[in-house]
Amino acid sequence: MGTVGNPMIAMAPGQKTGELGVAVTTLEEALEWVAAWGRTRAMWPLLFGLACCAIEMMATQASHYDLSRFGMEIMRASPRQADLMIVAGRVSRKMAPVVRRLYDQMTEPKWVIAMGDCASTGGVFNNYAIVQGVDEIIPVDVYVSGCPPRPEGLIEGILLLHEKIRKGTRSGSSR
Amino acid sequence: MAIREGEVQEFTLEQLKHLVSERALRGETILLNMGPQHPSTHGVLRLLVELDGETIVSVVPDIGYLHTGIEKHCEHRTYTKIIPLTDRIDYLSPMSNNLAYVMAVEKLMGVEVPLRAQYIRVILTELQRIASHLVWLGTHALDIAAMSVFLYCFREREMILDIFEMVSGQRMMVSYFRVGGLWRDVPEGFEEAVRAFLKLMPARINEYERLLKKNPLWLRRTKGVGVISPEDAIAWGVTGPSLRGSGVNYDVRKAQPYSSYDHFEFDVPLGENGDVYDRFMVRIEEMRQSLRIIDQALRRLPKGPYITPDRKVTPPPKEELAWSMEALIHHFKFWTEGFSPPPGEVYHAVESPRGEFGVYINSDGSPRPRRVHFRAPSFVNLQALPIMAKGSLVADLVAIIGSIDIVLGEVDR
Amino acid sequence: MSIQEVVEAVRARFAEALQEVIEFRGETTLVVRREALVELCRFLRDDPACRFNFLSDLCAVDYWPERPRFAVNYHLYSLPHNLRLRVKVFLEEEDPVVPTVTGIWPTANWHEREVYDLFGIRFEGHPDLRRILLPEDWEGHPLRRDHPLVIEPVQFSFSWREIDSRKPYVNE
Repeated sequence: MGTVGNPMIAMAPGQKTGELGVAVTTLEEALEWVAAWGRTRAMWPLLFGLACCAIEMMATQASHYDLSRFGMEIMRASPRQADLMIVAGRVSRKMAPVVRRLYDQMTEPKWVIAMGDCASTGGVFNNYAIVQGVDEIIPVDVYVSGCPPRPEGLIEGILLLHEKIRKGTRSGSSR
Repeated sequence: MAIREGEVQEFTLEQLKHLVSERALRGETILLNMGPQHPSTHGVLRLLVELDGETIVSVVPDIGYLHTGIEKHCEHRTYTKIIPLTDRIDYLSPMSNNLAYVMAVEKLMGVEVPLRAQYIRVILTELQRIASHLVWLGTHALDIAAMSVFLYCFREREMILDIFEMVSGQRMMVSYFRVGGLWRDVPEGFEEAVRAFLKLMPARINEYERLLKKNPLWLRRTKGVGVISPEDAIAWGVTGPSLRGSGVNYDVRKAQPYSSYDHFEFDVPLGENGDVYDRFMVRIEEMRQSLRIIDQALRRLPKGPYITPDRKVTPPPKEELAWSMEALIHHFKFWTEGFSPPPGEVYHAVESPRGEFGVYINSDGSPRPRRVHFRAPSFVNLQALPIMAKGSLVADLVAIIGSIDIVLGEVDR
Repeated sequence: MSIQEVVEAVRARFAEALQEVIEFRGETTLVVRREALVELCRFLRDDPACRFNFLSDLCAVDYWPERPRFAVNYHLYSLPHNLRLRVKVFLEEEDPVVPTVTGIWPTANWHEREVYDLFGIRFEGHPDLRRILLPEDWEGHPLRRDHPLVIEPVQFSFSWREIDSRKPYVNE
């Protein structure tokens, strides 16, 4: 545990204070903290682009914005190796079953970011062909607004998700 | 039409019988599904590939996974409010889409565009062409396992996006062109930014070329792969660099010049063999020609209004609203009701980075069009994929898809 | 070679089939009868005076509630002569069938499938007339003017429960 640091100290102040006024925690909670720390430091997103937002996602990956600063430079094309799905773009009615299957194929624990207005709510395309928000078919953890969101916006969303994981919020519990 | 959990559309062999060869029905060849989730299909393209060992017997593309209903949406929007929708058709070249659409409406209305606006349009669409080709080069090289080109290309693309952000406030979905001209005049610092880009870019293009042009791995993956003859290319309606790679000299900018493209000198690069390598070289050379056009347009950029004074298609200036009642009424009428073109139909084509991007508008005289149709070059070029891929190895399929440079948003609209 | 000469050549050859010649904003439209379409297209492609060897675009228009309801537009381009021409066929609502032109321009294949998918216009003799953009089990043809644009109305609420209760999937 040496390099990880003492989990009891890393706990937010006041989060778990016992009778004596010092931070105490069980072994189970400490292990959970370590697991969450590990998950946020090496998160593998699914290489999965739908529309315009996918280009911004590529820009986020590429040299200027450099997502590898957050330990996320490896994108996996196979859903079985990925633990984060970034739904980048509009989801059509034809694509929706495929998105659902991809989500089902991802191994637990898994998280979903709805990137952009179309994935979050349908965006400008309130019509027959587009699913009005990807949360109709899969649970979403973080919504990123913008059409398309700037790379900074996506990074903000990813950091928000990291924070959520560290706090131990259940996956997909925003609904 | 609702979605059930885990439901995936399934085809039976009976339904697809006429698409595959007789041998597939006897089980002598393999049917392989590729996509819609695949790293090298550039989006959500699904291909049904029939393989004899590693050789491709036939390819059946299955598209529509990004069908957005943009054409239907256009029928319910006023002419001005369609412009943002056109951005999202081909999301790698919003400027070209905007240009095609606004020029079609201008043709329908019979509006003259000031020369300054035309020149700025040319500068921005050519910058867009470079940006789009950079994305193409980066991803195409990435598909054939040349990782570093991707990082270089996106570095330069950021410079172009910064210029776009400067003029329009958005990186990608610019919606900068308006019927009759531009949204606003270009801001201060625009010319310097473009000049800085012009100064830097030629050396960078040489760098990409040096990285790939004589690279033996690249040559073996691209030379003689995915060949399409000029006759086939014309018959299948292929346009853009994919057509010019086969040696057919058809560029809408030269054939039917629009937006004062005839004021500028530039060459149309042509290939000879129509293979992946020739299409690659055509696009690299096109980037250089775009720089030439931008340079000339910037040098001769005239002063003057940036939008037509014709009040039929432009809102009154904001200052006027303070003292003129008529202007106020006009302003509200313009933004709520829109303008009404005469009944009729027009088709206008521009040369987008992928080929001939055409817009067909059918007006019934009301402020909303009866029908807007987009002739998407990717949609038509993708049709030629089975011709190009037939007989090549399955690993080359990825190189061929990359070389025709499809954007699925445009294929499915 | 000018577009007038092409129109004259067509008028001389297809006097009966040619219903109307429209000039609008410098574009020429030939309105022809459905029966002569394939023959006319073949003439336009092969005749040395025309040589429209490139089918730029093929699209349909729904004139609902006017009659005849549908029209199919063929946007032709001649690479040798650098000319553009539009050929138009009007169709009645009860009988939305056109002969295919895939035998003349192979590129018409997907265009015709798209028109079939979105408008329900059938192309006689098409080698592979399936839906192309929409799922195979989709009902209706969404680009018809009497098809609604919006399936789900916009909801102005922050309550998930309320939103969920109004979503179309609750009715399943």
